[in-house]
Amino acid sequence: MSEITPDLVRHLAGLSRILVTDQEVEQFAEQLSLIADSVATVSAAIEGGHVPATSHPIPMANVFREDIVEPSLTQEQALSGAPDSGDGRFRVAAILDEE
Amino acid sequence: MSDLIRKNASELVELLNNGNVSSVEVTQAHLDRSAAVDGAVHSYLYQNPETALATAANIDRRRAAGEKLHLLAGLPIAVKDNLTTTDAPTTSGSKILEGWVPPYDATVVSKLREAGMPILGKTNLDEFAMGSSTEFSAYGASHNPWDLDRIPGGSGGGSSSVVASFQAPLAIGSDTGGSIRFPASVTGTVGIKPTYGAVSRYGLIALASSLDQIGPVSRNVLDSALLQDVIAGHDPHDSTSLPESLGSMAEAARKLDVKGMRVGVIKELMGEGFQPGVMARFNESLNLLQQAGAEIVEVSCPNFEYAIAAYYLILPAEASSNLAKFDSVRFGLRVAPEGNPTIERVMAATREAGFGPEVKRRIILGTYALSSGSYEKYYGAALKVRTLIQRDFDAAFAKADVLVSPTAPTTAFKLGEKLDDPLAMYLNDIATIPANLAGIPGMSIPNGLAEEDGLPVGIQILAPAREDARLYQVGGALEKMHEEIWGKRMIDFAPELEVRG
Repeated sequence: MSEITPDLVRHLAGLSRILVTDQEVEQFAEQLSLIADSVATVSAAIEGGHVPATSHPIPMANVFREDIVEPSLTQEQALSGAPDSGDGRFRVAAILDEE
Repeated sequence: MSDLIRKNASELVELLNNGNVSSVEVTQAHLDRSAAVDGAVHSYLYQNPETALATAANIDRRRAAGEKLHLLAGLPIAVKDNLTTTDAPTTSGSKILEGWVPPYDATVVSKLREAGMPILGKTNLDEFAMGSSTEFSAYGASHNPWDLDRIPGGSGGGSSSVVASFQAPLAIGSDTGGSIRFPASVTGTVGIKPTYGAVSRYGLIALASSLDQIGPVSRNVLDSALLQDVIAGHDPHDSTSLPESLGSMAEAARKLDVKGMRVGVIKELMGEGFQPGVMARFNESLNLLQQAGAEIVEVSCPNFEYAIAAYYLILPAEASSNLAKFDSVRFGLRVAPEGNPTIERVMAATREAGFGPEVKRRIILGTYALSSGSYEKYYGAALKVRTLIQRDFDAAFAKADVLVSPTAPTTAFKLGEKLDDPLAMYLNDIATIPANLAGIPGMSIPNGLAEEDGLPVGIQILAPAREDARLYQVGGALEKMHEEIWGKRMIDFAPELEVRG
């Protein structure tokens, strides 16, 4: 029970790039533990027997289209929703910190 | 209020094609209705009357000039706000996309434009379609026109309430685990999740790509059939789009015949946990189908017991990956913490501010399900359960042409009732989720009012993959039998909404 501890929530939120408040950490830990316990029943369903995995409901493979040039977004359109841009590029904060 | 708004879409199509009414008149009547009732219902996140009326006027001009138009030309429609539109903001119900105007149209939106259908507005939804009530919309919940204190279903509660309150004759929805069918069930309307791949997902803001499907929302079966015939078809922009045509749904909806069809009742989707009024109406519908010459058979789908568990692993896993694109770089919100933050800190602050609680919960859960220590136990096992559920359906469809169940265990619950209990909220989709896991088509149509609360109840019809036409054939026939008994349409039982002058 309760395998999702507050520390684990903090770790997962970090991996997900979401800042979380202490209050959220407590709340999510409690809710996600309940959910995790509940969804863990999937293991029981597949016990004792080899079952292949299905990742896609309608099997399809090697979907190609004709190799023809089609209209695509202009640079201006592609940048139109960006919070910041310059010289035809997306502008972002520093990738590396100073250390 | 114009009586045009209460007409079925198929009736409006006839009036428009015969020149008895103009598209501007029909469009204006619906816009007037929104001005009068949407303050209370809150179906729309955005409306632009000018662009809708301009499309309508253009169609009227072309019709007057004798141009050959699409059958549905001039018929207005509402579109769920997780489909991209170049002339309207597209938010998916999230603050992280507030005010975003996409640089391209969804394929479905392009098809509506090509058919000459004026777009009345963008409808409300739970943030990124995560929810069963619209209460997780960052812009406030929509209300059920049957009782404004109750939920209109979710995630597509904007699309269900917009047709139930006569603000639009048709709407577009999307269904990942029941987001078209559950809202239809609780608002006395019709909703269809087509076969996975029958309708292009290009331009649909993805929630869970292997489960998402766009479909029609309306007040009756034929109307949805007409709409599916507009939006379906292969699209090279969606690699999961089915290459073959599934035929005419309108033709199937007009057959009105179930003689000799085998209707399978899913043993696991009835009884315990289902409201008495829901079961009473369901059994009544079974009797009608039997009287009309259908053969009722019982089928068992033992692995449905694990469907919700598998779904709430697969969906968060896919969502956590899909929503990684909201990174403060290419579109949407950017929140920069003080000082000289790195891009990672900007991302984390942006996603903290831009996502609501349910989205955060599911992203964190999905990240957990996919992390190395728990992948096999959770995500890997869920994918295997998906195979078992497909096998259950295969066995059931060997005995039956269509399957039926109540669409949802209950009628519409009160706003706020399940907001703080994610697990209780997830149970609403117990009957609808298996179809998404298996990729098969499903429909919900109204089949009466529950005695205990007087609220609408829905029956779900399921068919094998690519056999969407069977849904329309059975749904159309059952709807006709119900309407003959009721002496009117289900939506005509809905109370009048207070109209703002």
